[in-house]
Parts: sequence; C-alpha cells; structure tokens
Amino acid sequence: MIALDDLDRAILRALEADATLSAGALGRRLGLSQPACWRRVRRLQDEGVIAGRRLVLDHAAAGFGVTVFLGVKLATKGRVSLEDFERAVTAIPEVQVVQHVLGLFDYRLKIRARDIADFERVLRRRIMTLPGLGQVEANVLLSEERLPGPLG
Amino acid sequence: MQIDETDRRILRHLLAEPAMATADLAERAGLTTATCWRRIERLREAGVIRGAQVVIDWRRLGWEVEVSLRFTLDKTHPRAFDEFLAAAREVPEVLEIQTFLGQTDVRLNVIARDMAHWQEVYRARILTLPHIQDTEALMLISTIKDSAELPL
Repeated sequence: MIALDDLDRAILRALEADATLSAGALGRRLGLSQPACWRRVRRLQDEGVIAGRRLVLDHAAAGFGVTVFLGVKLATKGRVSLEDFERAVTAIPEVQVVQHVLGLFDYRLKIRARDIADFERVLRRRIMTLPGLGQVEANVLLSEERLPGPLG
Repeated sequence: MQIDETDRRILRHLLAEPAMATADLAERAGLTTATCWRRIERLREAGVIRGAQVVIDWRRLGWEVEVSLRFTLDKTHPRAFDEFLAAAREVPEVLEIQTFLGQTDVRLNVIARDMAHWQEVYRARILTLPHIQDTEALMLISTIKDSAELPL
C-alpha cells in the first residue's frame, strides 16, 4: 500500500477531473514547480496508483446510444465452465466490462450498442449463445456519473 | 454533429490508447498530424469527446473491497430519485452512480478498506440514504475485462 500526502491527493483529484493537464499547469494550480509536480505524477504512475487514462465520450454522439448492464447466472458451475464462459464473453466487442461477482448473479456485463435493435442482435446472437449461460437480467442505463472517490 | 469514417477511426485508436500523442495517432489513422489534430478539436468542440480522466487503482491505495449495490427506490415519493442521488453524492466511498430502466433503479459502486470497514460504511452511510425500498449487493471478485473500446 502506498502512502499519499495532501499534495498527491490534490494531484489525483485534479487529474481525475482532467487528465490532459500538463505538469506545468497542474503545478501552478497547486503551488508546485513543474519538475516537482512531474516527479509526483511519475511516482503515482510508477506505483500503479494511476492505472491509466480513460477518454470521456458522449456515447450517443459517437453512435452508441444504448448501454445495458446484464446480470448473468451460469446454469452450470465449475472451473471449466467459468473459463469457457469468460473466454467467450470477453471476445464480444460490444461487451466492455466483465466482472465476476458474488451475490445474486455470477457475472456483471456492460454492453454498448447502437440502438435497441442492435442490442437485441447482440443479446440473441452473442449473449444467449454463450456456453453455460443461465438466467439473465437486463437493466438499461439512463445516466451515469463518476465521483472523485475518497481522496480526503 | 455527424461523425464520419475518419472520425470513427480516430476514436477507435483513442479509445484503445487515450494517452497516445497526436503524431502517433495520426500515423496510425493514416492522416497528417495537422488534420488529425483538427479532427480531434472538432470532436471536442462538438462534445463527442468530453475530456479525459485518470483511472485510479484503489487497491493500490489500500481499498480492498468493491461492491456493486443495486437499489429499488420508493417511487411513491415524487423526489425519491433526486434526494437519493444528492445524498449518495455526499458519500466519499461512492465511486459511481448509475440510474436504470428495469428492475433496478439505481446502482452505486462503493469501495471500502476491508470487510470491517465495509460493514461500517454500509450501515452508517448507505442504509441511511433516503427512500430505499430494497437493496442487493454484488461483491466484486475480479474484473475480467474493462475496456473503453467500441466496435466503431
């Protein structure tokens, strides 16, 4: 586990809002020199605290107006069926997120489709044919927001 | 704004590697750097690209537990959604808020340091949110796939 000080937390908060900020701009905002700020960002990256960058996209404007979360239960469990299912589901391009969970379902899937007709195609041709698939529950996303998280 | 095949090509590369320099991106998309830069600016101005964020690996910071909480709200109350969402935004451990059309009304992504801390957050900050009718927890075991890519 990595210890952060207030400046590290302020850097993370700023980069969560805008990852395109340069070390110079970020430093000016926080009262740090450009090299000092750059070193801190570099350390957060090297330590794996900053795992990467993500583009914030207006999915509807990019032609993907429908996002659906699926809760999936497997019909048969066991090591082999989990592996088969995971291999097949991760290969579907419309499936952005696959999470193995504990609770009412075995997996959570996030699917981006162009429209409802496109979603139906993905559901019928790709999802319903997955090996070991049991019960499926769908929830259509209306809105999503990300929050900065516990950064003090 | 209508996006064309070239825009889609740029978005495809950017979604795969958001930190890529414009010159590298241009080369991969088969464009000159100037054209590529202009296209990206246009996508930004039109709001197709809304920005970029860093992705924080909360586990590296000692947050070991991640739970997806699904809520059904008491919809007899006209302001149930607004009040629930406003209160959820104030909980520091909440990373994501999503609203849905389906059996689930709202989903929160919540993190905690360990199971004891989870119990504390869940009782003191989550179950006290207004207008909850029912809630279900899915505990994250592992993320098998987490990609921003789209079949553009």
